[in-house]
Amino acid sequence: MFDRLHWIIITISIAGLFLLPVILAPFDLLLLTEILLMGLFALSFNLLFGYTGLLSFGHAAYFATGAYVCGYLVKHSVPFFLAILAGVIAALVLAAGLGYLSVRLDRIYFAMLTLAFSMMVYTIIFQWRDVTGGSDGITGIFATDLGIPGISIKLQGFSAYYYLTLILVAIAIYLLWRITHSPFGELLQASRENYQRLLFLGIDVRQLRWIAFILAGGFAGLAGALWSPFQRVANPEIAHWTFSATPVLMTVLGGYGRFAGPLVGATLFIGLEHWLQSNQRYFWQWLASLPLFPDTLVERQLNLWHLFLGLLLIPLILSFQGGLLASIEKIGKYFFPQRSQS
Amino acid sequence: MLLFLIAAGLTTIFGVMGILNFAHGSLYMLGAYLSYSLVIQGKLNFWLALAIAPLIVALVGGILEILFLRRIYKQDVSFQLLLTFAFVLIINDSVRLFWGSAPLTTSLPPLLQTSMVILKRTYPIYNLFIIVIAFLIGIGLWLFLTRTRWGKILRAASQERTIAGALGINVPRLFTGVFMLSAWLGGVAGVLAAPLRTLSPELADRVIIESFLVAVIGGLGSLPGSLVGALAIGQINSFGILIAPTAQVAFPYMLMAITLLFRPQGLFNRE
Repeated sequence: MFDRLHWIIITISIAGLFLLPVILAPFDLLLLTEILLMGLFALSFNLLFGYTGLLSFGHAAYFATGAYVCGYLVKHSVPFFLAILAGVIAALVLAAGLGYLSVRLDRIYFAMLTLAFSMMVYTIIFQWRDVTGGSDGITGIFATDLGIPGISIKLQGFSAYYYLTLILVAIAIYLLWRITHSPFGELLQASRENYQRLLFLGIDVRQLRWIAFILAGGFAGLAGALWSPFQRVANPEIAHWTFSATPVLMTVLGGYGRFAGPLVGATLFIGLEHWLQSNQRYFWQWLASLPLFPDTLVERQLNLWHLFLGLLLIPLILSFQGGLLASIEKIGKYFFPQRSQS
Repeated sequence: MLLFLIAAGLTTIFGVMGILNFAHGSLYMLGAYLSYSLVIQGKLNFWLALAIAPLIVALVGGILEILFLRRIYKQDVSFQLLLTFAFVLIINDSVRLFWGSAPLTTSLPPLLQTSMVILKRTYPIYNLFIIVIAFLIGIGLWLFLTRTRWGKILRAASQERTIAGALGINVPRLFTGVFMLSAWLGGVAGVLAAPLRTLSPELADRVIIESFLVAVIGGLGSLPGSLVGALAIGQINSFGILIAPTAQVAFPYMLMAITLLFRPQGLFNRE
């Protein structure tokens, strides 16, 4: 499973991620935390999409559940580590309930059903003003201490929270790796490739998918539980279907066929988004210098991140190279042809 | 009835091509914005806008289909869904680019600004006008699909793509035509909706979910189904407010989930 090259890459990246706070500015550290959390969210989504072949368009529901439960408890002075745990458990329970129904369908109907469920969660969050704060969300979520009895781990400053995120996300990624590379993971992939054959072999595919759905929901819940204290706020936006599209896009960007694809996609997604936000005025200046370009368009200086994202996605979807990671691998193979596919 | 028009376009594409088009709401929004430009900025009258704007939208749809969508018919439906989602991102941002994100409003054509009394209740004549138009288009579409030679060819191609192709039907061109027809329907709905609603770039996100609800409840691919779906959603929304004002917003989604679980093919599809 792991060859030497993989080990080297993993060791270097973990060491690098631990050392980064020393050199990075606080803002970049925030960005990195965001990448880790969204990367975990996208990875959990890909357990369903890439491995099981089920396109969920309602994955935000579990993320938001984790975020709201954790945020609500932190706000009411529950120890932070318990709040995280509660967030994950709540997401697991919700995923168990809704997943039980969702896995009865597949293909486009699965996507529509998950979409419907997540919008139900969204409306509940939006309407249940007493608990969730309605459209304002829960604000002022401060987690200052991890709250494990006996040990005091302070979480002040960006780097402390970054380390907490890094450790928890690393553990989650390791677990996901073990899951996808276990016999269970193999079965999931088999169910994607040939549903009926697996049924003939006497395997309860529906139950298999249900378990995958619960696991995916739980990891999304963990990402959410860490998200709201990081953002200091839990707003209903994170339950809306447009937010469910984010991990989908990240996964497509990075490649759904590789384990690390969603991580690469999340890095690329967030990196590009911020790069574009800070640099697009140069683009506008360039446009303004062109003759015949209407000035009224330049004056608005809109953030056209979605436009660029869409233009980037179309060739990726059309080419079926399995996203950016697979393309890089292909280039790598061109230069090092002796390395066999692992 | 507006919802019916939008959902009719969505369901036609799905019925014939098997594609769930996320970009349909964006095409609808494009129609609405184009009519704004033609009526307010271009000083054209509403009727001309109703004729021109949907044609432009249909053209945009045709270009998208020929350039991109055509290439991935053989692939899994998930990828078609994702591709149309990429269209959503591009169209919505283009609308923001050209028209700005500030809300815009258009006015009603003078002929339709009056209201009418039916059974002692007053109705704005424009709403009745929309109902009539949507009904006529719905009937026209239904007749076209079930009674004409072209409709027959379409239904044949949707069931057996390969054999229809082997029998000498130019299936890719046919699909382009269907996609344009559906985009045209979206555009018509957009123009009709423009005077009633405030135009903002968030229009597309809201409308696409509503039309998914309608199309799924009625049965994806079924034209009468989307009519019934639209009526069901309308009734649920208005009665829901009376019964449970706070929970009302969730009702349509519940109905959709229940439909999917017990009759995934929708209320109106056999088998």
